[in-house]
Amino acid sequence: MRRLFDMLRSEGRGVDRVVPPTGFTARLTLLTAAAMAFLAVFALALSLATGRLADRWADALARSATIRISAPADQIEAQAAAVLAVLETTPGIESFRILDDAEMKALLDPWFGPDLPVESLPLPKLIEIVETVAGADAEGLRLRLATEAPGAVLDDHTRWRRPLVEAAGRLRTLGLVSLVLIGAATAGMITLAAQAALAANGQVIRVLRLVGARDQFIARAFVRRFTLRGLWGALGGTALGMMAVAVLPEADDAGGFLTGLGFTGAHWLWPLIIPPLAALVAYAATRAAALRMLKEVR
Amino acid sequence: MWRFARPVAVKGWGRAVIELQNVAMSYGGRELLSEMTLRLMPGSFHFLTGPSGAGKTTFLKLCYAELSPSSGMLSLFDRDVRMMTRDDVAAMRQRIGVVHQDCQFLDHLSVAENIALPLSVSRRAADPKELRELLSWVGLRAQADALPPQLSGGERQRAALARAVMMSPDIILADEPTGNLDWEMSQRLLNLLIELNRMGKTVLIATHDLNLIRTAKSQVATRVLRIANQRLQLAGADL
Repeated sequence: MRRLFDMLRSEGRGVDRVVPPTGFTARLTLLTAAAMAFLAVFALALSLATGRLADRWADALARSATIRISAPADQIEAQAAAVLAVLETTPGIESFRILDDAEMKALLDPWFGPDLPVESLPLPKLIEIVETVAGADAEGLRLRLATEAPGAVLDDHTRWRRPLVEAAGRLRTLGLVSLVLIGAATAGMITLAAQAALAANGQVIRVLRLVGARDQFIARAFVRRFTLRGLWGALGGTALGMMAVAVLPEADDAGGFLTGLGFTGAHWLWPLIIPPLAALVAYAATRAAALRMLKEVR
Repeated sequence: MWRFARPVAVKGWGRAVIELQNVAMSYGGRELLSEMTLRLMPGSFHFLTGPSGAGKTTFLKLCYAELSPSSGMLSLFDRDVRMMTRDDVAAMRQRIGVVHQDCQFLDHLSVAENIALPLSVSRRAADPKELRELLSWVGLRAQADALPPQLSGGERQRAALARAVMMSPDIILADEPTGNLDWEMSQRLLNLLIELNRMGKTVLIATHDLNLIRTAKSQVATRVLRIANQRLQLAGADL
């Protein structure tokens, strides 16, 4: 890393003069770095957004559970009282309450409309539980409920929480894999551009070797130029990418995941690492290509 | 006349600066040079002659390690070239000034920048006064800011010679350095090489120009080598 900074310092300006300016490879490197940085901003935004989503889902659902009591009308109150008694003595339960008719109605409204006569329907009773941070022993609680209140069923949300969190986690992994692939593609494109520049400057390299230039000196001239192009291209692409993310719709509950694709708070700092990373990739790719090619010239 | 500003310390006097022992060189299975044995001592002045295609250029390339011998032992400044790293070769070339037949330059740099290139690659700044004097001496003062493609063949050879001596090297290898020059300019360049030789530099010139050899022999002790039938011989004294 120190070599990279030394090379980029102003003293290197004289060194890369020995290499003639090459318009085609310069434009190709700038464009590639800019395009890849633009894509990297979106991959980063996707990865961070899915990470936030997974955390939110996990947090929201991890500490909550529901007990549903389905029993004949004459037994339901007794079983409800038994369940409450069990919950009172169960470790890991922070609070619990029976959902009232208004809350039941609110839950059913989306499916049956607002005129549903809740009072006249044989609905099960629902008890909402909030666990402590340490959590309750779900299997132990099920066994006790089966004994004390046979009509009670514990739903700790695991069944549908796990695939949601897993899906969000996979999306986050996909975003990170995309970032790695973007980095690799950038390295590949810059290597090709550097090799084209080196091949086009065979005479320059021969003359430099003839007058006693070391491989490091010659490589430095090419590497500095490509590193700076990678850096400037990535700066432009990152700036454009961040602007594009900034004008995406704001996150809201109605939009859900799609409107939450963006950066929040300190996450806006993450894209700033893309330009130096692109410069590092350009440095490593060009240096490897230059030293490999120079070995062919005695 | 342009002179080197710095005094020259002749290193390793008494030891050969270039030594070949039974060196052979093959290209694609065909032996170009064989059984080459030679010791070039510091401060010596040699001409290398021979028919076209005899291997003079190949011999010179061996002498600055652009080529490696197929067999035999070649040492430069008392070091076996087979043991040299690429950085060693680069450092060694800073002590050897080479004038090629085809005079290659960096076409995007000015003539003055090309002549100062050996200093640039060793991270040393050229003394502007010394550079101007050298340009004047080789008759290229007016072309200092020109680009190499704008030079004639003779001007390119003069620029190549100026670049070769810019670093005050210990050895000067020149491949037909006067091939594109008129007699007057050839004399001036020969005088420069003779002056450098008197300062202790080793000079080896590959040439067909017998007049050049005769003129040099009248001013400095020279030996004439000849490549014939793939072998190196000491030429007769009748040149």
